[in-house]
Amino acid sequence: MTAILSLLNDYTFQTVALGSGLLGLISGVMGSFAVLRKQSLLGDGVSHSALPGVAIAFILLSSKNTEVLLLGALLSGLLATLFIITIVRHSRIKFDGALALVMSVFFGLGLVLLTYVQKIPNSNQAGLKRFIFGQASTLLSRDIFLMSICGFILLSLVVLFWKEFKLFTFDSDYAKSLGFSPKKLNLLLSLMIVLAIIIGLQTVGVILMSAMLITPAVAARQWTNKLWAMVFLSSCFGAVSGVVGTAASSMIPKLPTGPSIVVCISIIVIISILAAPGRGILHRMYRHRKNRLLYKLEGGQINVPTI
Amino acid sequence: MSKDIIDYAVEVEDLTVAYDAKPVLWEIDLKIPKGQLMAVVGPNGAGKTTLMKAMLGLLTPVTGAVRFMDKESKDIRFMKKHIGYVPQSGSVDWDFPATVFDVVLMGCYGKLGWIRRPRKADIELTYTVLKKVGMEDYALRQISQLSGGQQQRVFLARALAQEAEIYFMDEPFKGVDVQTEKAIILLLKEIKEQGKTVVVVHHDLQTVPDYFDWVTLINLRVVASGPVEEVFHEDNLQKTYKSTKTLLGSEV
Amino acid sequence: MSPQFEIQLIAVIVAVACSLPGVFLVLRKMSMMSDSITHTILLGIVLGFFMTHNLSSPILILGAALMGVITVWLTETLSRTRLLAEDAAIGIVFPLLFSIAIILITRYAGSVHLDTDSVLLGELAFAPFDRMIIGGVDIGAKAIYTTGILLLINVTAIIVFFKELEISAFDPILSALLGFSPALIHYGLMTCVSLTTVGAFQAVGSILVVAFMIGPPITAYLLTDSLKYMLLLSALIGAANAILGYQAAAFFDVSIAGSMAVMTGLTFLLVFIFAPHHGFVSTLRRRNQLKLEFAKMTFLFHIYNQEGNERNDCKASVDEIQTHSH
Repeated sequence: MTAILSLLNDYTFQTVALGSGLLGLISGVMGSFAVLRKQSLLGDGVSHSALPGVAIAFILLSSKNTEVLLLGALLSGLLATLFIITIVRHSRIKFDGALALVMSVFFGLGLVLLTYVQKIPNSNQAGLKRFIFGQASTLLSRDIFLMSICGFILLSLVVLFWKEFKLFTFDSDYAKSLGFSPKKLNLLLSLMIVLAIIIGLQTVGVILMSAMLITPAVAARQWTNKLWAMVFLSSCFGAVSGVVGTAASSMIPKLPTGPSIVVCISIIVIISILAAPGRGILHRMYRHRKNRLLYKLEGGQINVPTI
Repeated sequence: MSKDIIDYAVEVEDLTVAYDAKPVLWEIDLKIPKGQLMAVVGPNGAGKTTLMKAMLGLLTPVTGAVRFMDKESKDIRFMKKHIGYVPQSGSVDWDFPATVFDVVLMGCYGKLGWIRRPRKADIELTYTVLKKVGMEDYALRQISQLSGGQQQRVFLARALAQEAEIYFMDEPFKGVDVQTEKAIILLLKEIKEQGKTVVVVHHDLQTVPDYFDWVTLINLRVVASGPVEEVFHEDNLQKTYKSTKTLLGSEV
Repeated sequence: MSPQFEIQLIAVIVAVACSLPGVFLVLRKMSMMSDSITHTILLGIVLGFFMTHNLSSPILILGAALMGVITVWLTETLSRTRLLAEDAAIGIVFPLLFSIAIILITRYAGSVHLDTDSVLLGELAFAPFDRMIIGGVDIGAKAIYTTGILLLINVTAIIVFFKELEISAFDPILSALLGFSPALIHYGLMTCVSLTTVGAFQAVGSILVVAFMIGPPITAYLLTDSLKYMLLLSALIGAANAILGYQAAAFFDVSIAGSMAVMTGLTFLLVFIFAPHHGFVSTLRRRNQLKLEFAKMTFLFHIYNQEGNERNDCKASVDEIQTHSH
């Protein structure tokens, strides 16, 4: 108990937990839209593709400021998205193939650039490598400030364009027939999702970022049939696992933060898929059993004749 | 031949559409009079859905123009106020977290435009149209928990909530039981009585004379278009349903 | 054999071995499954290491390959509940298994040398240091033999089961009706993919295995319509990428694996733009040609209609007068 109390008073912990919680909240909201648009894996692609942007930003501006590096990440993530869309639109290659190719090539380019950076005298590349695995413990209060601003912008946009996003995500042809340009909405929403991914890189790294996007949304979907409730729940799940994951990694020695957060959110999704009322697997099994029982009581045979 | 009807709801001029290398619609010239219930009939792959989508501006034609009541179809402001659309039912994600009420409310979004929220009047309208299609008891159901006929009614209600002048419906009777089909056609006739125009992509030739008063037969090109009693006969049907290849070949 | 030559030989073998099963992944629209497997095999390796405490034990390879198949099974079981989309299932399973692996490594294997960096990013440059010595004679780098066996397995499997793989990729239901269990073929292929990934990651790192597996097949997909040629072309393109990538890496003195991935991207880009039939340029040109043809056709139609009208001219003008006078 005292351990928890002293942890709560620890400044570093407060910063890191706040950052992870914020990240969970933002990615929970944006992830809901990514999942509903069947673009779950785009997050994986974008986060891997951000690596060369980080390296190039460092090489060109020789600054290790998070803002500068993240700007590079944002640009290269967007460029990768653009490549994927172009390949799919102008050839017979399907989305999954284009995604796998672009993301691995960009990641490869990132590695090439990192090895190049290593050779630049007086440059310690440790600050760059943290983007691969993420290092929540390096979060500073100015990083939190940056995250809060991005988060605020994203959330306001979601509130402002709620009706449009809902319509577009559900039925983009119909949205067009009502006079809402799907092209503009697609661009705006994709941009917002990419931004959410980029601000999470520092905390959980390129490999695990996709989980932060997908998992809370899938968990939330199990509990409700309403979009607003799903988005709200998803952001709660994200925030809670961000904080709990950070706490666990501070209390247990040698437990890395990023993976710890991912395990937390995965536990939530497993519980949700199993136990969600009316939809979960346990409920399904219960209903199945009840039906059989009813059938038996009414004197029928359990084995329904097969045709 | 009487050409007294001056008021056209939709005029299609010279419309040609192609998907990559494949021509789908050739030189469509079509006039749909106001206040009619019209069927678009033709064999599979004749371009019925494409015609509808091209009229709605959902895809870009190679050439041609579409006018609604003398307005170009590119006038988005006019479109979203006056055109209602019921897409083919398979086209959405049924597991989307939306209730019947949510989906029907979407019909009001066009009138609202960007950013503005639905008002009380919109919500009332939603309940009114739900009642009209007999789905008011299902308002809070998630859409995947409906039967095919019920899903179709919901999409019909969504179009009704648009309070449009012209309705486009892509096979509203697909996967629907006889009872719902009758209910839907009654509703469409009621809409027509209010002076509105309804265009329906239709499959079942037998019911055309019963349901519709205007018909367009297409197979890549318009074979015939006019009142059912004048146009819908054996000759035209044979022309429509004979193979697409010979049709194109004989013409060129 | 010089180390440079050995590195290139290993790279070519790995590239060819990866691209062959990759062709079927691309055709089955399962490219992202390779991304998933390349991450989760880490857990298999870690668990295998805990059992044997020996980094060079074959159990590690077995464990990793098994974990690949388990990943596929978990993902499919999850998406079969229909509570979530298939791509979301992939995105949930692999980060979890990967996180568990990372946690296990940092907590329990910290004292031993099991470097996550080398698993994920790979280091081909060190491959020649590990020699294969039989009876006191050095017969080349060990990796040549391990990856060579892998290539042999893949080639044999594809030659023997070509017909089955083809039909199950094209039409799983037909293949079931014809008596080839799609599940069996599917898991067979996935075992192949896992084994290949395990064999390849030591050389190029697990993330770049994706580039080797998916890059050459989708490049070849733009060049040919025949499955056999697609397999051959993928192998060739993969080999070319490996050699060019190595040369570039040696020239600029950067990461070999990364450079090969970049080369994969470049060859794809070239083919994407200039491919004779499915490329960007030829598609654009075809579209323009189509437009021109439409214009010609439309013109012809007009002439035809005009001719038809001439005969009915009198009638038409009578009608016209009538309508106008109304």
